[in-house]
Amino acid sequence: MIRNPKDLTRYTPQERVNHWLGGICFILLALSGLAFFHPAFWPLTQLFGGGVWARILHPFIGVLMAGSFLSLFLRFRSLNVMTPADKEWLSRAGEMLDGKDHNLPEQGKYNGGQKLMFWALAIGMLLLLITGIVLWRAYFNLPVDVVRFAAVIHAAAAAVLIAVVMVHIYAAIWVKGTMRAMWYGTVTRAWAKQHHRAWYRQVTGK
Amino acid sequence: MALQSLDIKQRSATTTATPSVRQTVEVAKLIDVTTCIGCKACQAACMEWNDIRDEIGTCSGVYDNPTDLTENSWTVMRFAEVEEAGKLEWLIRKDGCMHCADPGCLKACPSPGAIIQYSNGIVDFHEENCIGCGYCITGCPFNVPRISKKDGKAYKCTLCSDRVAVGQAPACVKACPTGALHFGAKEDMQDYAASRIIDLKSRGYDQAGLYDPPGVGGTHVMYVLHHADRPGLYSGLPKDPSISPLVSLWKGFAKPLATVAMAAVALGSLFHYVTKGPNEVSKQLEDELEKEDAP
Ligand code: HEM
Ligand code: SF4
Repeated sequence: MIRNPKDLTRYTPQERVNHWLGGICFILLALSGLAFFHPAFWPLTQLFGGGVWARILHPFIGVLMAGSFLSLFLRFRSLNVMTPADKEWLSRAGEMLDGKDHNLPEQGKYNGGQKLMFWALAIGMLLLLITGIVLWRAYFNLPVDVVRFAAVIHAAAAAVLIAVVMVHIYAAIWVKGTMRAMWYGTVTRAWAKQHHRAWYRQVTGK
Repeated sequence: MALQSLDIKQRSATTTATPSVRQTVEVAKLIDVTTCIGCKACQAACMEWNDIRDEIGTCSGVYDNPTDLTENSWTVMRFAEVEEAGKLEWLIRKDGCMHCADPGCLKACPSPGAIIQYSNGIVDFHEENCIGCGYCITGCPFNVPRISKKDGKAYKCTLCSDRVAVGQAPACVKACPTGALHFGAKEDMQDYAASRIIDLKSRGYDQAGLYDPPGVGGTHVMYVLHHADRPGLYSGLPKDPSISPLVSLWKGFAKPLATVAMAAVALGSLFHYVTKGPNEVSKQLEDELEKEDAP
């Protein structure tokens, strides 16, 4: 039974499955990768059956995530083109952080912050994939200078993306009524009108 | 190699003190390249003592055999033919782990206790803790560690840490027929090298010298070279090796910085929530929409 048939559909089942697949992979990659990065995180290898398993699994999960992100990227790319309104929104993101978003410019399906995250993820994923393959000693043995460079980029891109994704997850927790969009695909009209008014107009015709 | 030890100077991926109550004398192996005849007795002794056998390869047309270090060949002789002052010189170098005082492998290794540095200077791999990531190869300035295709673990020369622990010299040193290999306290080895260098200089090798590169804090395997000014002549021995700045950045500075930054974002989010409260859907908007719906 659905609570309100007038709720708006934000994500199709395919989009949600795609998002969760990528998200699960990302979390597993972050946990296993951090274990190699700093000794403080080493105990995380136990989640994967020990250090050797973490080392074996990480790159394969990485390739899976890269594939799933590519599919997500192709689905959402056109919705994430930056517009002047987004730039204005971004320059006034402080108001959003204060929870006083009613004076900000109207936002489409995604706001400037979400679009920025989308492109940061796209660039970061590409860097992680390329450098991750360079680091993959079990199958590749590239010149040592290239591997050293890749190690720095991989670790830096991973740290940035982990921070970006933490903000992404936090935003979904903070803005009430958002999480259900990824659980079962719908949001209330009031949620849409408040946070993504241009999108609300577009889908309701009001 | 796993040995109970109380004289561990450094342990990979470990941030607390290591068992180091016992201090031992710093040791070194001295390889006098100028008296080496390239017989490979040391290579054979290494295989014998450590009980490892490489695959039988093919002749590559030169004496180098095997042509590179492998997980089963922890030392190999490298033969270089160079022309110096119109004369052919056959420069033969016994290659293998240099046991750096500042080991790049240990710095890069993510697995606690997979790489150990004893207070005597030996850098040893403890394969039972190795996860096979290959970071040690990335960290090494001398291109020494090798990962086994069979078990995915990293291997290299142990400087016969098992023999040294019971007061024996490394197997290679025992086997050398010309006395080109020496082993003992590092200080004694430096003294002996100095006398060799005086001798070489008196015989026309003006640039003879000891190879104990300071960029890696000195090594516990040292060479006496006739051309110490150009170590590259000896099959590419690096002139001024040090841990790559990229490796220092990666496993030095970046580690705490990124960890603190990530923790700050996580804590920042939490405190944002508890200070600003959730961003709820406005009741007024909900009511308006409900009114619109009412027939
Ligand atoms: C896109 C595909 C990816 C591939 C192919 C890949 C591959 C690798 C490889 C081969 C290593 C070395 C350890 C090992 O051999 O297992 C590694 C380390 C690491 N990976 Fe990835 N990875 C990928 C994505 C990611 C992602 C998305 C993250 C972060 C969420 C990440 C975080 C890390 C970290 C932090 C390390 C340790 C770096 C260090 O020791 O400094 N990786 N990765
Ligand atoms: S492969 Fe090298 S760096 Fe990786 S765990 Fe083993 S010894 Fe450490």
